Amino acid sequence: MTDHTTTGRPEHLRGLHAGLERAAAERGLLDVAYRIVDSPVGRLLVAATERGIVRIAFELQDFDTVLQSLADRVSPRVLEAPGRLERAALELDEYFDRRRTSFDLPLDFRLTGGFRGEVQRLLPGIGYGHTTSYAELAHAAGRPRAFRAVGTACATNPLPVVVPCHRVLRGDGSLGGYAGGLDAKRALLRLESA
Amino acid sequence: MPGPSHVPVARGVYRVMMLLPFETIVREHGPVVLRVCRSVLAAHDADDAWSETFLKALGAYPGLPVDANVEAWLVTIARRTCIDLLRARARHGTVTERMPERPSTLGVPEAEFEAQDDADRVVRAVSALPERQRKAVTYHYLGGLRYREVADIIGGSTEAVRRAAADGIRTLRRTMGA
Repeated sequence: MTDHTTTGRPEHLRGLHAGLERAAAERGLLDVAYRIVDSPVGRLLVAATERGIVRIAFELQDFDTVLQSLADRVSPRVLEAPGRLERAALELDEYFDRRRTSFDLPLDFRLTGGFRGEVQRLLPGIGYGHTTSYAELAHAAGRPRAFRAVGTACATNPLPVVVPCHRVLRGDGSLGGYAGGLDAKRALLRLESA
Repeated sequence: MPGPSHVPVARGVYRVMMLLPFETIVREHGPVVLRVCRSVLAAHDADDAWSETFLKALGAYPGLPVDANVEAWLVTIARRTCIDLLRARARHGTVTERMPERPSTLGVPEAEFEAQDDADRVVRAVSALPERQRKAVTYHYLGGLRYREVADIIGGSTEAVRRAAADGIRTLRRTMGA
């Protein structure tokens, strides 16, 4: 066949996919929309429900695994639909360009709960360019001896960067851990201190 | 949220399976669904049928058993969607005698067909086949499904589907004068 590449090629399917994203959103069938965003700390997967941003993940965490976990824990109606994430992508760009010091995005905390959730909700209170320690955060959460649980809460933060768990360090000032890798944590702290 | 399904892999050993993100389904099966729609409809209508197929599938997806044959399920939805579209067109009196005005992009399997630049003749010849032969040829050759998967959709044994497809191709060769 000579014309195998005229309308059957990937661009055509991409166009059909874009139409599907719009129609799915209109009919309320787009439970989880996601988009891949480029950043100085590598590609980020950003996912949103109708309520708000529900997950941000580093490439290190394996996007396929992250998407499967969204399908399991939120809904299997997951589509790559950049439209819903335009504002999130823009704010992330501004943040990495040092033109933004806090995020103004609706967040969906459904992937977290209990004490972890309480700790994660405290994180945006640590200002841009500042850091705190796991112990101080435990104190702020009203459970001063639960600094290990606070460490777990930071490690399982479903919304890194936007919910700034990278601003929490060990008591001695060393980095502690980071789901996106210590290089990413270091890069974010350097970006904010400049 | 769908429940996980426990699929036995050995005595007493189960693998927990969950539904894949729907995006994976669209990427993996989008081209097959498009071929199925184009085997029945003109290009523009085929695009509409493709979108409608995946919207219906997206709506029903959370209830799909995790071990279902997703491709067979999608082809079934696509076929029904195409038929509904054809009926709607017929009711409004806009059904066209001619098949796609643009050159067909159907992947015709037999090398001798490549000499035919008039794809309309192929489509007409396929639609003139007896029902089971037409379905077997469409799903296997145009939809890219395996004989076993075609049998899942149209019923009958894998061997019967293989024979129906072979009979269909033989008739097509005769009709096309190849």
